[in-house]
Amino acid sequence: MALQSLDIKQRSATTTPSTQVRQTTEVAKLIDVSTCIGCKACQSACMEWNDLRPEVGSCSGVHDNPTDLGPEAWTVMRFSEVELDGRLEWLIRKDGCMHCSDPGCLKACPAPGAIIQYSNGIVDFHQENCIGCGYCVTGCPFNIPRLSAKDSKAYKCSLCSDRVAVNQAPACAKVCPTGAIQFGAKEDMKDYAEQRIADLRERGFAKAGLYDPPGVGGTHVMYVLQHADQPGLYHGLAEDPSISPLVSLWKGVAKPLATAVLAAVSLGSLFHYVTKGPNEVAKDIEDEIEREERAAREREEKEGAK
Amino acid sequence: MKFTRRQFLKLSSAGLGGSSIVLMGFSPTAALAEARAYKLARAVETRNTCPYCSVACGLLMYSIGDKSKNVQQDIIHIEGDPDHPVSRGSLCPKGAGLLDFIHSPNRLKYPEVREAGSKEWKRISWDEALDRVAALMKEDRDANFVAQNAEGVTVNRWLTTGLLAASASSNEAGYITHKVVRATGMIAFDNQARV
Repeated sequence: MALQSLDIKQRSATTTPSTQVRQTTEVAKLIDVSTCIGCKACQSACMEWNDLRPEVGSCSGVHDNPTDLGPEAWTVMRFSEVELDGRLEWLIRKDGCMHCSDPGCLKACPAPGAIIQYSNGIVDFHQENCIGCGYCVTGCPFNIPRLSAKDSKAYKCSLCSDRVAVNQAPACAKVCPTGAIQFGAKEDMKDYAEQRIADLRERGFAKAGLYDPPGVGGTHVMYVLQHADQPGLYHGLAEDPSISPLVSLWKGVAKPLATAVLAAVSLGSLFHYVTKGPNEVAKDIEDEIEREERAAREREEKEGAK
Repeated sequence: MKFTRRQFLKLSSAGLGGSSIVLMGFSPTAALAEARAYKLARAVETRNTCPYCSVACGLLMYSIGDKSKNVQQDIIHIEGDPDHPVSRGSLCPKGAGLLDFIHSPNRLKYPEVREAGSKEWKRISWDEALDRVAALMKEDRDANFVAQNAEGVTVNRWLTTGLLAASASSNEAGYITHKVVRATGMIAFDNQARV
């Protein structure tokens, strides 16, 4: 059941512990925004591999196509034109699931086994267990999952977990003609990012850096940004993403508290039953009630006879 | 069935309690989950070259069946060939979408001819098509071939016919195509060997 590369680390709405003994390599995808040409080969390859065919859309006046992520578009290129120091820059970011170490979607999900985190870092949706509540959409700090109107189930990038399980790169990373998408062990990806950042700094991008936000425990999809001090420039990439306080409140405090209260009520009821026993009516009171009832019935019968 | 008020309350509270306990995560389920099964296991892998542009990226085409005699092969997936020296596994968006190009209802699968003055495309056999192209080429070349220009210099030009050859060819196939076409004196010509 559990492939060695895909031992389960976390499972939504499940209290039984997951396997924790085997140590597997943590993987990551590195997207170098500075070498992306926006060709969308990654989008094509993603749809081809994952058997997704969204409706043919229409031109919205900009290069973004499809204009947004969808149940059948797990990755889209986001094009932003920004002016910095009087220079126009065309920033192209490949948007999609970030595969957080601390996934907000998984934390918010109430359906057991609908969201899985593997020990290699991939966060995967299992649609057969999805109940379509949409909590993952609100729980996600990056606004990634999308509910399908066809089957009311949530979909998003799986980091090609089926390919990674047999040691192939995700379809988008393999296809990328400029090498802007790299795939490998997370440590190696960080090393590669360091080289890219040094190169960018040399070329005048003093604020170049790696986007691996600590607010969600780091991610398994990382960006090399020319302007790492302003991630918002890249089509509103979150500055400091974290799981919504409401999700943390519900799953962090409210749920254990409610569980404790429920347990206390059950326990209290048991003790009450043992010490006090059921509420019994004394024999003479019952006799009196019966007498009164009989009298009432007789009265009714008499009136009925008249 | 007789159902007293007390029984009703008991049943209701038991149901409420039970569902609350389940909701609070007291319902143990086996922690089972699997990645989607790898869809290329045992698929037939065929190497080829992308038909679009003259970069000629390497392809791996995957088909259902295992080439056994009772199975009709059908391509289910295409991705880049990591062993190809030019593309090393990568592709452009057009190459990455080749699967739908192959299965497109608009794809041309056999030679067709539209006769002069006709609005209809008519299907013809490969033999018919090749014979006809060869005959027309010879006829045109015999009529218009320029062996010498006005100054009497030998030029051996054939300017009235052009040829657009395949892009999905190897270096060797491109070389041979180039030699054959240039040998006829044809000038207007494009194929893989351009790059």
